[in-house]
Amino acid sequence: MPSPTSNESIIRFDRVDKSFGDLKVLDGLSFDVDPGERVTLIGPSGSGKTTILRLLMTLEHVTPPKDPAADGGVIWVEGKPLSHMEKGGKLVVANERHLRQARKKIGMVFQSFNLFPNMRVLRNVTEAQVHTLGRSKDEAEAKARDLLELVGLSSKVDNYPSQLSGGQQQRVAIARALAMDPDILLLDEVTSALDPELVADVLGVLRDVADTTSITMLIVTHEMGFARDVSNRVMMFDRGQIVEEGAPDEIFSDPREARTQDFLRAVLAE
Amino acid sequence: MNEWNNEIVVEIFPAMWQGFIVVLQVTLVAGLIAVLLGLLVAVGLRIGPPWLRRVLSAVFQFIRNTPLLVQVLFVWTATSYYINPEWSAFAVGSAVLGVHYASYTMESYRAGIEAIPVGQWEAATALSLPTHRVWGAIVLPQMLRRSAAAVANWIIAMFKEVPTLFVIGVLEMIAQAQKYQGQHYDGAVEGYTIAGILFLAASYPVAVAARRLENRLAKSNF
Repeated sequence: MPSPTSNESIIRFDRVDKSFGDLKVLDGLSFDVDPGERVTLIGPSGSGKTTILRLLMTLEHVTPPKDPAADGGVIWVEGKPLSHMEKGGKLVVANERHLRQARKKIGMVFQSFNLFPNMRVLRNVTEAQVHTLGRSKDEAEAKARDLLELVGLSSKVDNYPSQLSGGQQQRVAIARALAMDPDILLLDEVTSALDPELVADVLGVLRDVADTTSITMLIVTHEMGFARDVSNRVMMFDRGQIVEEGAPDEIFSDPREARTQDFLRAVLAE
Repeated sequence: MNEWNNEIVVEIFPAMWQGFIVVLQVTLVAGLIAVLLGLLVAVGLRIGPPWLRRVLSAVFQFIRNTPLLVQVLFVWTATSYYINPEWSAFAVGSAVLGVHYASYTMESYRAGIEAIPVGQWEAATALSLPTHRVWGAIVLPQMLRRSAAAVANWIIAMFKEVPTLFVIGVLEMIAQAQKYQGQHYDGAVEGYTIAGILFLAASYPVAVAARRLENRLAKSNF
């Protein structure tokens, strides 16, 4: 079943709803992301930014619409339904098997790193390559060593995560996500849990990734300088809706909406 | 009560040693059941279908809340009458003891599983790891580290409850002491004292080792 959009979008939210109990976090949200685009989502806490990333990573599930064909409520990735699957010519809520397959092209870096503490650095980066992608151990290790060199941690392959600083752990997490060769990389406040002096290293690595790859990125961050440098587009969210969107220079230098102006004033004053 | 008699100690010791070996054998068999069944039930409670979780929860709550002695006598009687009177007291007693203590070890495992941060599960999902790797490579190693000391303590507690099985004729130390006393009308104090000393001699080093394990795991890199 083709996506109801142009074939150019790599991600499409089509009137997506998401509620947690009585709390509606996303209300008919629609947007598209082009392949290779770097989109930063900004907005106050609770505006739905992280929920968007978690829906894409299938850690949360959309609130199902009654009739996806008529009402939308479906997330599409690379022209195929992610939150739903086709069954008998209709879209139905995706089962675990569909989700497992569909999310292989998506990688995520978490705010709190979420490295596996019982595995050394190298195995953290090879585990899913071997057991999800089916790569040989040698191939996975070679790829892991390359990526750990890219993030400046080639000397730490035999360390446990607990022996690394927060910034080093986050760089391992970036290497782990990149090792899966994702088409889409989701970055969820990846510097929020770091001491200020460690932020620059992590952002430096992500700048390199942005400069040297064509991976589509969705970034949730309060690092406005970083957002300005790497993004093609910034979307300002409030209460599950896009308040304003545009090129970084436009949004950061000359925001049109009062809500965006207030938010940026508050963030930049921090 | 007769006075302490060293000659009786020498005479009864071989039988008591035999009983001690039986205690160790029961502990080994029942311990394996408690360790493995407790683990299976804890995992079943996490990933099983709702009906299985309800059944497991009810069954093991029932086992935990009824006395071991009643369970031993009930199962021994029921198996003798209705299943197979040839089954040995050793086998039935070890199985009951193991299942009884599985109802405690499963709680330690369950606590260990619940203590794993949600971010670990989310990272495993984000990497699309297959279920057997999520459990085998991520959850169980982390859970066992958290639960190992508690489970070891349950096994030590179980070891000290092996004498309960004398009621169905397992020839452990108490049964041996009573047998001697029945034959000689003497030796109960010596027999029970030897039993106490052997229990202490066996359980104390294990308890110390369990504490060391706990400290070592707490200081380990993961």
